[in-house]
Amino acid sequence: MSLLEIEKLSLTIGDTPILRDVELSVAPGEVMGLVGESGSGKSITALTVMRLLPWAARATGHVTFDGIDILAASEDQMCALRGDDIGMVFQEPMTALNPVKTIGEQVAEGIRWHTRASRADAEDRARKMLDRVGLPAAQFPLSRYPHELSGGQRQRVVIAIACALKPKLLIADEPTTALDVVLQAQILDLLRDLVAENRMGLLLISHDLAVVTEMAERITILRHGEVMEAGDTARTLSEQLHPYTRQLAQASTHVPARPRTHAVGQDNPLLQVAKPLLQVDSVTRDYPGRRKSLLKRAAPIRAVDDVSFSIDPGQSVALVGRSGCGKSTLARMVLALDGPTSGTIRFRGQVITGKSEAELKPARRDMQVVFQDPYGSFDPRQKVEKLVGEPLHVLENKPTNTERREMVAKALHEVGLSPRDMDKYPHEFSGGQRQRLSIARAIITRPKLVVADEPVSALDVSIRAQILDLFAELNQKLGVAYLFITHDLTVARAITDQVMIMHDGKIVERGRTSEVLDHPQSEAAKALVAAAPDLHRAIARRLQEQG
Amino acid sequence: MTVYLLKRLAIALITLVLASMVVFAVLEIIPGDPARLMLGMNASADQVELLRNQMGLNAPLPARYLHWAGGLLSLDFGRSYTYSVPVIDLVRERIVVSLPLALIALALSTIIAIPVGLFSAGRHGRAGDTIAMGAAQLGVAVPNFWFALMLIYLFAVWLRLVPAGGFPGWSAGIWPALKSLILPAIALALPQAAILARVTRSALIEVLNEDYIRTARAKGLPYRAVLWRHALRNAMIPVLTILGLQFAFLLAGTIIIENVFYLPGLGRLVFQAITQRDLIVVESVVMLLVAAVIAVNLLVDLSYAVVDPRLRSRQ
Amino acid sequence: MTLRFDIPEENFADILVKAFTNRSFLTGFVITIVVAAVAIVSFFWTPFDVTRLIIAEKTQAPSPAHWFGTDHFGRDILSMIMVGARNSIAVALVAVGIGMGVGVPLGALAAARGGIVDEVVMRLNDLVFAFPALLSAIMITAIFGPGALNAIIAIGIFNIPVFARVARAGALAIWPREFILAARAAGKGRTLITLEHVLPNIVTLLLVQGTIQFALGILAEAGLSYVGLGTQPPMPSWGRMLFDAQTRMVAAPWMAVFPGMAIVVTVLGLNLLGDGIADILDPKSRRQR
Repeated sequence: MSLLEIEKLSLTIGDTPILRDVELSVAPGEVMGLVGESGSGKSITALTVMRLLPWAARATGHVTFDGIDILAASEDQMCALRGDDIGMVFQEPMTALNPVKTIGEQVAEGIRWHTRASRADAEDRARKMLDRVGLPAAQFPLSRYPHELSGGQRQRVVIAIACALKPKLLIADEPTTALDVVLQAQILDLLRDLVAENRMGLLLISHDLAVVTEMAERITILRHGEVMEAGDTARTLSEQLHPYTRQLAQASTHVPARPRTHAVGQDNPLLQVAKPLLQVDSVTRDYPGRRKSLLKRAAPIRAVDDVSFSIDPGQSVALVGRSGCGKSTLARMVLALDGPTSGTIRFRGQVITGKSEAELKPARRDMQVVFQDPYGSFDPRQKVEKLVGEPLHVLENKPTNTERREMVAKALHEVGLSPRDMDKYPHEFSGGQRQRLSIARAIITRPKLVVADEPVSALDVSIRAQILDLFAELNQKLGVAYLFITHDLTVARAITDQVMIMHDGKIVERGRTSEVLDHPQSEAAKALVAAAPDLHRAIARRLQEQG
Repeated sequence: MTVYLLKRLAIALITLVLASMVVFAVLEIIPGDPARLMLGMNASADQVELLRNQMGLNAPLPARYLHWAGGLLSLDFGRSYTYSVPVIDLVRERIVVSLPLALIALALSTIIAIPVGLFSAGRHGRAGDTIAMGAAQLGVAVPNFWFALMLIYLFAVWLRLVPAGGFPGWSAGIWPALKSLILPAIALALPQAAILARVTRSALIEVLNEDYIRTARAKGLPYRAVLWRHALRNAMIPVLTILGLQFAFLLAGTIIIENVFYLPGLGRLVFQAITQRDLIVVESVVMLLVAAVIAVNLLVDLSYAVVDPRLRSRQ
Repeated sequence: MTLRFDIPEENFADILVKAFTNRSFLTGFVITIVVAAVAIVSFFWTPFDVTRLIIAEKTQAPSPAHWFGTDHFGRDILSMIMVGARNSIAVALVAVGIGMGVGVPLGALAAARGGIVDEVVMRLNDLVFAFPALLSAIMITAIFGPGALNAIIAIGIFNIPVFARVARAGALAIWPREFILAARAAGKGRTLITLEHVLPNIVTLLLVQGTIQFALGILAEAGLSYVGLGTQPPMPSWGRMLFDAQTRMVAAPWMAVFPGMAIVVTVLGLNLLGDGIADILDPKSRRQR
């Protein structure tokens, strides 16, 4: 007998169909993975079970939880279920907690509401629950406020809230997407343990096939609001009978074809004479510490600590590290958008630190950037022509209007867009197309170095594969060097020759990508590699377990 | 926490000092010799000179400022040119009308606005919300002094429930005095309540879209409980901001409304002083009101820290 | 406090369609146009001449000849309201112009430079905020004497910090966005970025604040004229008309009712217009509906 049974669930919001005939079930103690790309309707499915839908949503079909018809239940009945029998964990831990209430209040609130326990009893139980999710009383008293906790710690609080009353079903909607791989592994472990302890059913929603494979016995693959395939995880993913399943699986492990990988200096002594394109010498960046009182400040925070490295022309280098390790700060300094506290950065032999904007112009011509967020990186008020052509601003001879349009057209063509797109606004493009625009903007001045800050982490897996191909192709064709900043080892493996592992502001390991990822030496690299979900490995493990 | 408080306090003090300089400068550039003004046209040059020396008008500018500012600190605003009494006595006499009026109006507008805002946000998009916000939209557009005239016509002239104007003084008893403040307070409060209700509603609606509201709902709290326990406190910050600004408007509003109702408050004092060119009184009252505005804004800043724990720990 | 807002991503045509299906905007737009038209017409024609005093026709109740009645000098109230509209709009508009013209550059500068510049601008803001419009009017009147020009200056000065704050808050919300970083990486300086990327993205915020301040300006002008610090007789103004009406409330209530309604309708129209613009251009508020 299933705990949760969804049958023929269809849902529309206004006139827009969101779900069609979705079928899904979760048994007690079972982990069901719900996988899909953005817009597939996986979050809406979860909200339907909680009946927390936007008011314009209309659902038909059957959703049965523990014998209760969810779609027909009264709001009072739902309130009794929510937080008591069904708990839910959300994607964004930074905003999921009320900033003006202590974590104790927030965990105890649901307990008091459902059990009518006294304040002291509820707080006692909240304390135990916080201990259980790994927030011990010594460091995390009930009186802590959410802003005093990190993202991973906040997600633990959210899990404590959801599991405080030992629900029969836990719904986790992308619970680790906002966290780095090491935190992700920790949170997934915690969820796995809680499921085992309380024989909870877990509906785990994720876009990441590898994560779901590691966690779930059964899997449901959703696309455009319809179930593509459902069944045993190991079998579904090893057989890949459904074309969409195959497409997803292949995209998740995609490695672009790169016939000529860059010859690395240490492999080929002849090339060592070539001058490095970028040279970073003992760069340090401090941020002033928090003001403790009128005169006292906490010690400065060292975001980047005595970092030195170099990149050769045409070389593709990954900078990998956990969130907050200083990799983005380092990238901004390389781009001369931020100045180091000490140390120098040379680009093509010229020092670029401590220079005025005018002096930087020659360097800016040869150095461009691609950002993570394909939505935030374009001014919505300007047309593509202006946006993609923006770096032309640094050219010595300002191109005429016709020349400019020609250059933009060429750049668009190179990234697989049509020159006709020039007169559109950015919002007329999809996420993947916008990232192509971003790349077009980066290559229009024919730079020697492109710094890419998590350029594919906001994209769906199939789009991600295409963009990685594009990066690889441009590396081959234009000989442009990359500094790829990422927390995702599969991306590093796919696109780079060398990898640098950054930890606590320092570069702790550097070497050939495959070598470092297969045989990590430093603790930080080992932790990253161990925590990184890997689809092949996960499938193999599952098959092995099942014999 | 202390850093935040000290910073806000320092800012308030700086603003106060700058404001006093502005007021003093205005006092300085006004044409006309106050000594001559006090003594009248028939006084001899010697007499005027003597008084100028007495009043400290011949001292250098910074010294005069310090003297004047020092006087303010000890509540010595100088002497009124026309009444020849210390300005502080005039102010003391009048403030017992203006301050209660502003406070009653502030209380009234808050008492009306917050429940209406909660009601509207709770029924977001439904008929109740539309009607309440329509009324608020109208309320925002009504000038308080015209509203006051209409109230006088309705309640004083027509229904004869309350006096049309004047103030019997607190010595006449609490009730008669309060009775004559009712209409002015309503006239001041309702347009402000309309603004506050709109702000409360939109702040609540904004907060209700936050992720943590969904977390609270997922705990099983009903919508009402979420509104009261989670949304209201988070929505307080914009509401407090407006409340602070409103106090300034209410003070200014009292000045006008006192003229409508012939209330012997600071507003009447200022206008009489303007017509009589009794500038020291004008400047003193302006300075007093400016100080009140700054003090209230400081209070608002401090109350942010009470509402929002993030402010308590940050810088 | 930080301001959060979504930048609308639409074409002009989409926005027009939305504008003319939005009830608030449409109502506000029509009222504003009508008021503006009345003000313009008053330059060429009014039912009666407002400068001629006909004592024989004083304080007449509304009639087919005088729709809104006459005042204590026998002047036609409707005609005076028409001329008063001109006056109200002019004062409020110039005051908004002063506020925007000085406040927006200051706010944008504070956001772009940060640090000490920001601090100085904000402290000046606090200073001006401490003098509500009426207080600055009282001060200015104390120096220069009453008059419409002083009313404009007083209201205008008070508008400066309002626009500076809105512009600063809006710009601060734009500056951390990635497209600004991209523009910096493309070698653009702060001024160019402010002009090309920041200001165009906060125009809607400023527009909404502009209609609000316009409405407040009309209220403030009426208030100042009512207490005799604004427009001086014989130039008709709505506030002054209400002052004249006050002592004659019992005998001639129409003298108070109609000018007041003129203010209410005008301010209501402007506020609806502002709400409408905010509604149309802010995707967040649309999602809520």
